[in-house]
Amino acid sequence: MPLVDRPSLDKARYEMEVCNACRYCEGYCAVFPAMMRRREFTDGDLNYLANLCHGCKACFHACQYAPPHQFGINVPQTLASLRAETYAQYAWPRPLAVLYRKNGVTVAVVVALGIALVLGGLAFLKPEALTTGQGGEGAFYRVIPWRVMAGAAGLSLLWSMLALTMGGIRFWRDTGGGLAKGGAAAQAIHSVLTLRYLGGGHDGQDGCNDVGESFSQERRAFHHALFYGFGLCFASTCVAFVYDHFLFRAAPYPLTSAPVILGTAGGAAMMIGAGGMAWLKAVSDPRPEARQVLGGDYALLALLFAAAATGIGLLALRDTDAMPVVLAVHMGVILSLFALLPYSKMVHGLYRGLALLRSAAEAKQEGS
Amino acid sequence: MGEAQLRDPDVLVVGGGNAALCAAVTARRAGASVLILEHAPRDMRGGNSRHTRNLRAMHAAPTEVLTEAYLEDEYWQDLLRVTGGQTDEHLARMTIRASRGALDFMDGCGVKFQPALSGTLSLSRTNAFFLGGGKALVNAYYATAKALGVEVAYGAEVRSLALDKGRIAQVEAVVGEETLTLKPKAVVVASGGFQANLEWLREAWGPGAENFIIRGTPYATGTVLKDLLGQGAASVGDPTQCHAVAIDARAPKFDGGIVTRLDCVPFGIVVNKTGARFHDEGEDVWPKRYAIWGRLVAQQPDQIAWSIIDAKARELFMPSVFPAITADTIPELAVKLGLDPAAVQATVDGFNAAVRPGEFKPTSIEDGCATQGLTPPKTHWARAIDTAPFIAYPLRPGITFTYLGLKTDETARVQLEGGGAASNLWAAGEIMAGNILGKGYLAGFGMTIGTVFGRISGEEAARHALG
Repeated sequence: MPLVDRPSLDKARYEMEVCNACRYCEGYCAVFPAMMRRREFTDGDLNYLANLCHGCKACFHACQYAPPHQFGINVPQTLASLRAETYAQYAWPRPLAVLYRKNGVTVAVVVALGIALVLGGLAFLKPEALTTGQGGEGAFYRVIPWRVMAGAAGLSLLWSMLALTMGGIRFWRDTGGGLAKGGAAAQAIHSVLTLRYLGGGHDGQDGCNDVGESFSQERRAFHHALFYGFGLCFASTCVAFVYDHFLFRAAPYPLTSAPVILGTAGGAAMMIGAGGMAWLKAVSDPRPEARQVLGGDYALLALLFAAAATGIGLLALRDTDAMPVVLAVHMGVILSLFALLPYSKMVHGLYRGLALLRSAAEAKQEGS
Repeated sequence: MGEAQLRDPDVLVVGGGNAALCAAVTARRAGASVLILEHAPRDMRGGNSRHTRNLRAMHAAPTEVLTEAYLEDEYWQDLLRVTGGQTDEHLARMTIRASRGALDFMDGCGVKFQPALSGTLSLSRTNAFFLGGGKALVNAYYATAKALGVEVAYGAEVRSLALDKGRIAQVEAVVGEETLTLKPKAVVVASGGFQANLEWLREAWGPGAENFIIRGTPYATGTVLKDLLGQGAASVGDPTQCHAVAIDARAPKFDGGIVTRLDCVPFGIVVNKTGARFHDEGEDVWPKRYAIWGRLVAQQPDQIAWSIIDAKARELFMPSVFPAITADTIPELAVKLGLDPAAVQATVDGFNAAVRPGEFKPTSIEDGCATQGLTPPKTHWARAIDTAPFIAYPLRPGITFTYLGLKTDETARVQLEGGGAASNLWAAGEIMAGNILGKGYLAGFGMTIGTVFGRISGEEAARHALG
């Protein structure tokens, strides 16, 4: 019978038991081989499988037991619900698990606060900086001093890295602990960098059920755009840091400089990726989706889009009177993004990566 | 789609599973307009094909999805063995040879396969496994059919086909609230067997049929089959026979599919309602004996039995979807099963006393554990049931498919009683599989018959319709 009212863990356990007696989906992704290595499922096992699932939805569309069948199997939805619960479960420090309760609202409020803080801080402490557009080298730092900018970003990032590390440790312990060998790590990194499991069967050639019953590589492509776009923006920041510290050249940099080229390309890719992923989410068959996680999903996509869009906006308007306000907004968004790394859908990258590591380690152990 | 759009097609396909889809796609590609009438709603479309997983394909060399080679003669021998000769060698060999081209056709329709070597079943030499199983295959075919312009009506039950002088003059179907009369130029019936028709099963099996579980679609009611046989279409196959396996008695009445399977029988004993054993549980390796246990359980009082194993056997078979019934002693277990504790204890004691030492090989017929002086004997995997916790699973007959069908020739054309053939009626899939598989079961062969005859019937029907 459908178990709609049972908690996520019970529902996931029930569904994995049905799946384990069927196994028709074994060729789709890493979840099913991992499931097949077990006969019984501890809570930690289920949390692991939930984070190993990429939400490609192939198993839903192929499922002979999907609703309206009375077994009511809906693995992508069930694991997505459970996955969202694990984010709260592993959150550090624990009281901040509350931020996952309505994660879409959390993200929106934090971003609003972030922008308000920077804009308000400027207006209060340095009102003249907001109104005087100034071009030329060092213009950004005449609005917000470098020390303030780097200090705020660095502190929020440090805190987030600490929180993510603690969350990662909690995930790893909860799902069985142990050590993974180097080969497994290489394979996991490969799976992350290629999004192998958003590519469907045959080593990612077949595609996944991004929208409905038919197969495509669209979600994978958009996620790659977002992921590598983010990487380019990060690279842009690193190069800018080198320029500033070792070449003693202060931002803004010329249009043909490495930081601007990297940042522009990255920002454009991020906007395409985030926009594309949001579009796919909007048009895709809602049946295998977990409604309660959608708010947090859309919020993160909006935040990443905003981070890129305000960056590109700053580039476009950096020589105008609007620059200080746009800079403040961009900084507010970026600081919020850093602060939200451990308290938003962004954590999926960490737990997914670790789950892939565990899966690769298990497969190697099984093979040896 | 609205009923208003349903115009008389060149080719009408009755049914919505693998054979029907192969026929529809083939006929459409040949240039005919095609309408599929699928009894099930969209979410449950695809007949029993949605529960399948693989297709048996002849091949001379390893492919991406099949290992080694599987040639015509070996394939034929496999078929001959399971049918005990209840087959038609000409049709069978033709089907086997045609299976060579099936995978390319499927590939061209977007069906995806698992790479060879994977899976827990040792069938990767003979059978190509669909990635995601039969429902994924069905989805691919429907997508292909849609792209080609095949019309599909779901929830469309064909009630009768008027067979007049060997010609289908018109077809009556109920779609939603409306009754529809269609006059297609050619008709392909691919609407399956009658295994979901409990009344019909009762005719063949008596009141015990009430306790049968139907493993597949509830839409295989045999309405079209019965209608055509009643109008002089020639039949093939034993009307009283069906493929029945022993499945978990807690399975739903319909559509439980693969997960209701229980693989523990060879590792313990099976008792009936009186607590007594009734057949050699260790006759052969399980896949080969899987199919006789449906009939064996069907012959027991109230059509129920229980497989009893002990803790030693727990890890030896695929996990079951329904929880094991466990107890620390045999009498406690018997009470949980609603059986007489003394009778079950006596059966277990008698069995344990008859067990002789031997080498235990859980997956091989070379296993040396057998009973001595016990009736019925257990000839393999006989180990004492002595280690708590004791475990039981209830068994009932699970009907997979029926053998009675329409007699066809090698062009899939429906034959008539007293000779001759229908002029515009073809059959494909389970509704005519009895021509080739008159008895027994060969994994993935139903899909082979459906694909081969689906294609043939689609081609023939289109040729007829387009003149």
